[in-house]
This record gives sequence, C-alpha cells and structure tokens, in this order.
Amino acid sequence: MARSSGVVCVCMMAAVRLLLRTVSSASSCAHSGSGTALLRFSPTCSSRPRAQRRHAAHFAFHPDPVPTKYGPTVKMNLFQSITSALDNTLASDPTAVIFGEDVAFGGVFRCTVGLRDKYGKDRVFNTPLCEQGIVGFGIGVAVAGATAIAEIQFADYIFPAFDQIVNEAAKYRYRSGNLYDCGNLTIRAPWGCVGHGSLYHSQSPEAYFAHCPGLKVVVPRGPVQAKGLLLSCIADENPCIFFEPKILYRAAVEQVPTEPYHLPLSQAEVVQEGSDVTLVAWGTQVHVMREVATMAQEKLGVSCEVIDLQTILPWDIETVCKSVVKTGRLLISHEAPVTGGFAAEISSSIQEQCFLNLEAPIARVCGYDTPFPHIFEPFYIPDKWKCFEAVKRMINY
Amino acid sequence: AVSAVREDSKAETWRRCGGCRNGSDSLSKETVLNFYQKMTLLNTMDRILYESQRQGRISFYMTNYGEEGTHVGSAAALDPTDLVFGQYREAGVLMYRGFPLDLFMAQCYANADDLGKGRQMPVHYGCKDLNFVTISSPLATQIPQAAGAAYAVKRENANRAVICYFGEGAASEGDAHAGFNFSATLECPLIFFCRNNGYAISTPTNEQYRGDGIAARGPGYGMLSIRVDGNDVFAVYNATKEARRRAVAENQPFLIEAMTYRIGHHSTSDDSSAYRSVDEVNYWDKQDHPISRLRHYMTARDWWGEDEERAWRKQSRKLVMEAFERAERRLKPHPDLMFTDVYDQMTPGLEKQKEAMWRHVQQYKEHYPLDLYEK
Repeated sequence: MARSSGVVCVCMMAAVRLLLRTVSSASSCAHSGSGTALLRFSPTCSSRPRAQRRHAAHFAFHPDPVPTKYGPTVKMNLFQSITSALDNTLASDPTAVIFGEDVAFGGVFRCTVGLRDKYGKDRVFNTPLCEQGIVGFGIGVAVAGATAIAEIQFADYIFPAFDQIVNEAAKYRYRSGNLYDCGNLTIRAPWGCVGHGSLYHSQSPEAYFAHCPGLKVVVPRGPVQAKGLLLSCIADENPCIFFEPKILYRAAVEQVPTEPYHLPLSQAEVVQEGSDVTLVAWGTQVHVMREVATMAQEKLGVSCEVIDLQTILPWDIETVCKSVVKTGRLLISHEAPVTGGFAAEISSSIQEQCFLNLEAPIARVCGYDTPFPHIFEPFYIPDKWKCFEAVKRMINY
Repeated sequence: AVSAVREDSKAETWRRCGGCRNGSDSLSKETVLNFYQKMTLLNTMDRILYESQRQGRISFYMTNYGEEGTHVGSAAALDPTDLVFGQYREAGVLMYRGFPLDLFMAQCYANADDLGKGRQMPVHYGCKDLNFVTISSPLATQIPQAAGAAYAVKRENANRAVICYFGEGAASEGDAHAGFNFSATLECPLIFFCRNNGYAISTPTNEQYRGDGIAARGPGYGMLSIRVDGNDVFAVYNATKEARRRAVAENQPFLIEAMTYRIGHHSTSDDSSAYRSVDEVNYWDKQDHPISRLRHYMTARDWWGEDEERAWRKQSRKLVMEAFERAERRLKPHPDLMFTDVYDQMTPGLEKQKEAMWRHVQQYKEHYPLDLYEK
C-alpha cells in the first residue's frame, strides 16, 4: 500500500517538475535562449491573440463517486491509475513484463514512471521502434506462459501490428484447438481526440478490432474504471486491447483504490438512470453524454439514461436492450467516423432485438467520414450540441 | 572520393571540414554563404516557433537543432526536380529549396494560406512545386513509397532521383526492411538518407539496434552504403552528390548514414532532461555543431566575420518575425475544406454530411469559433 502511494507521489512530483522544466528548457537550446526575447521585441504581437487562443475542452470530466468496497483510495489522474494497475501487476505476478517504445523512462504519457527502477530493467524495457515487432514479441511472451503488457505509443500507430493482432493473437486458441492461446497478452494504447492531434494522434480504431472474433476491446471513462478494467484485461484469458483516452490522462482525477481490484469486462454500466432516452457512449464521450443528459433535463424536461459500454467487444447487448425497452429511444455517439463505426453494430443489433419498443429511429452522432482534421476539430467532433440536437429530434419524432 | 562500406570492417565516418579543413573545392563562396544562411534561418525559425507553441499560439512543434547540416548538405547535392520523401525533421531541405517562411508558418498555424488546407499538425509540410512529398506522422511509411516512386521515375528516363530521409529509430520499422529490399531488387535510383541523431524520443541507439548502425545493413540488401559525419555539411554534400550521380547512372539505391545529434527535445511534448544529461547536450551544442563548424570554415577564409554575423542575425530575425506576425493574423481555412480531398470527387454522402454540419453550426453558431475561419 505504501509502495503504491509512493509511486503516485513520485508521479505527481514528476509531473510538476515536467511542467517547470518545459518552461525553462525552451530557451536552453542552441544559439542562446533568445526565443522568448525575440517574441517580446515585436510590439504588434499581442500576448494572447484571440485567433490563437486554445479552446477549452469539449467536455467536462464527471468523476465517479469514491469507491468504498476496494479499500483505501488516493487521488489519481488517469495516467497515475494506469501506473497503479501496472505496479500492482508487477508486484503480484513475477512473470509480468511491460514493453514498448519509450516505456523505460516512464513513457510519453508517464504511465510507466517509476516502474523500471522498482521492478528492474528486465521487466520494464524499451523495444526497438517497430509495432509489428512489439505485438509479435508480446504474443510470444504470452504463448510461453508469461504475462505480456505491450504498449503501442498511439492507437494511430497500431496498424503495422494489425496482422499480428488479427491473424495471430485473435486466432491462436481457435486454430490450435485450444492447445495454445494468447490470453496472457494485453495491448495498451492512447486513444481519441486531444484538441490538436490531427490525423495521427486522434484516432479511435475500436471498430477495426470489433470486427475480429477472439479479441477483447476495452475503453475506460476515467481513472477508477481504467485501473479496474485494465487489471481485468490483464487477468483475462484472452488477448485484450485497452484503449486509454489520452485527453483524460491529466484532466480526469478521481479517488482510486491503491489495492488491486477488478471491474467486469463485457458489462456496460448505467452511469445515470433515466426514462425517456438512452445515450450510449464509451471513453471521453461518456462525459459529453452526461452533459447532454443535464441539458436535456434542464432545457427539454427530458430524462436521459447514460450508459458507458466499457467493453466494445464482446459488448453487453443485454444492458442496452433493457434500457431501450424502457426508454424507446437510443442515441449512440463516438468520435470515429460514422460509416462502419461501432455505433452501426449497436444500432443494427438493437433494432433487431427491440424493434417494437422503438419510438424513433436510432440516432448516431459520430465523426464525419473524413480523416481526423487538425484545425477543423471543433467542427468535426460529435460535441454536446450535436448530441443535444439529436435528442431533441428523437423526442419530437 | 566516396567509398563503399568494406564488408570486413565497420564503416568509417568520413569527415571533410573542421578536421581536415579541405572543405569542398567545387563550391563557390556564394554557395557556402547560402548554406550558412539557410541553416541559421532554420535555427531562428525553430526558436521562434518552439516558443510560440509554449505560448499557446501553435499547437505543436518539432525543432531541427543540430541537424541543419544533414538537411542543407544533402538538399544542395540534389537537382530541384528530385523527389523528396521525408519523415518530419527535414525542414532545412525544404528551406534550402526555397519554401518561403510564410508557408512554413501557414502550415504551423494551419491558416488559410496552408498548402495542406489546415488538416495536419504543425511541421507536416509538403510542396508539389518543390518536389517535397507531404509528411505524415507514422514512421518509415515513406521508405517503401520512395522505392516505388524511384522505380516510376527510372522508367521516365528523365535524370531524376528520389531521396528518402528517416531517423535511426524509424529504420527499425518493418517498412524500412521492405523499402531497402525492394529498392535493391527492383533497381531503383534512390538515395536512402538516415539521420542517426542518437535518440528516438527517449530511446538511445544502444536500445534501438545492436549492429553497426544503419550503414552496415546496406550490404545485407546488396546496397552500397556510407557513413558520414552529419555535422560536416561538406561531407554530407559530397556523399549525397556522388550517391545521386551513381543512383541515376546505375539505377541502384545508395544508403547514407549521417551521424549527428538531436540537440533539441523530440518535440514540444517532450522534455529530454528526463532521459539524458544536460552535459551531453551541451557537448554537441558547443563542440560539434554544424552551424559553428561551418562558420569557423568561413571565418578562416575571411568570408564571414562579426559584422556579417550581427547583420545577418538581425535580418534573419526580422524576416522570421514578419512572417510570424502575418501568419498570426491570417484566418483559418474555410470549414468546407474539412470535407474535400477525401476522394478526388466529393461523394453524395459527404455532401450530405457537410450540409448537416452547416445547418447545425448555423443553428448553434455561438458555440463554434466561426469568426476565426474564412467565410
């Protein structure tokens, strides 16, 4: 217990140091530190031109209530809750190893800070820069009986590993008649929009993997869920892909149990009960939906039930059906492009099962069918206004 | 002369200036001054734009500190029509070819002048007129593409070569293996230029490979290779010049591994003091910097002095600041451009999505930053 808090404290101090260092080190590069001075010399440059101000995030993080059944808790953000899960795992499972690009120094999102010092360089190590290698290597670790936790630096870069994931990891058990399997493999990757990530630092690729039997695909909405779900993925006897909403790494802060705990996979969670409309989302979008539920109540007198799907594959159709039978209206929302996105699967299955319960067509509010754009992000994302408008249309159908 | 890597020994680093002071006899004073001005202009632009990210004016930036020699030396050795495939740390190649400061800034600010129409993160430059293929973030994807482009260019018979830049980290990707093997077996007029700068974000070279760098891999593919001192702009120039001449004459690929050092952080999202010492960085900054080494070469010949340095610093700073201010004031591209170029033609589906977007934004206009974008 003391160890976990130690790791958390180190993480927080490291985060503060990082902030201070980046401010001062900007001027330490070649040819004097005159970068700041150069900008101040120009009288026509305002210090914060309206055109360049960064916009506020498109969501407000809704923290979970403090969990009471898993023991003492500590304030953690999302990356710290991931570190805590990994710390617990390395402590209890001597075969567990964590590997990927830049994980040794703590990772580009600080998820592995302190772990190499604590558990040794044979257990937390950098690999060469090669995603197909990272996953292939991870499959091998898993097949040989050790626990493999592979990090892909951004979900946008998972595609070189697609062959290993889809053709190998997912099919290992089936093709061998259960002689061999990749249950010991968990792949983690930062996921989703971040305000300025553009084509290659914003993608939500869950739909590609949802099409692959044999895999499990999981997306947490916050630190408490992330730690419990990640520990479940690691324990699960099937290859799991765990997508971490990168925009929540620092922004999402909750009281998180320091001891290990497991949250069930393939179980959606009703985060807010309601009677008129069912809103389904995962990851960051759950927080957008919670805000939409508040707006619908205040402006329309409409009561929304918000469901966090949590596991994309295999997904919990029962919970969604039960809700739609009650409300008669379903809105599904994700950042990924609408065509072929996972909302299409949910929509198709729910209309099959709950057709006569539906009061309106099932709505999907998703990204447009374009690559994820940089400067147009405010127009691209399925924000609360688009979702609110869809709720209004469904109510008035 | 350029010699191929000897099979029986490690590649030797080939040094041209600083150490032996011979420079390059074929280059005029004007050319050499131009090298220096392009390298320092890049450095000035880097410092301004790095700082502008810190101030929230642009969302992201990557500097080129310490690698300016690899960019300018190699770019100068190419023909303007040679096709360039880069990774993301080759802005000096574009600068050498004449890409204006306004367009660098436009891409970083994603404003309405951006040739890429505001879709990509900063430093993802591209320019058709200058034969610089637009950068993408995934690493090494450009390597097999460059092989294919070189094959097509070979069939054109137009005295064109292709150059492909990448770092020593990207060389670990499977795509690198594919590109090297294809270019050799399919006999492509292609220069592979590896910037071995010591780090792939936090990963040092001893965790990236265990062999003798990237140059030693070339012979494994049947590719002639050389390792050069990347901070010696003349060594880089001479190696690239010879590689280009032979690539086109003989239709085969060449691998140049330029040893250099990434003085800056990986990007504005990185703080490299977390994984390397300030002393190490200072060594390269003070003792082995391509810009300093070129300046010493020039001052030794009385081609450059304190007065010229002062005047040029003032002028280059002014040029960058003026472009910066113009970019700051410029509106962003029209949001219609979010929907174009997915295909060559807009699909009916995308037309509908665009119309739905505008209907929505008109209704909720107070929640969208429309006045920042062109109307």
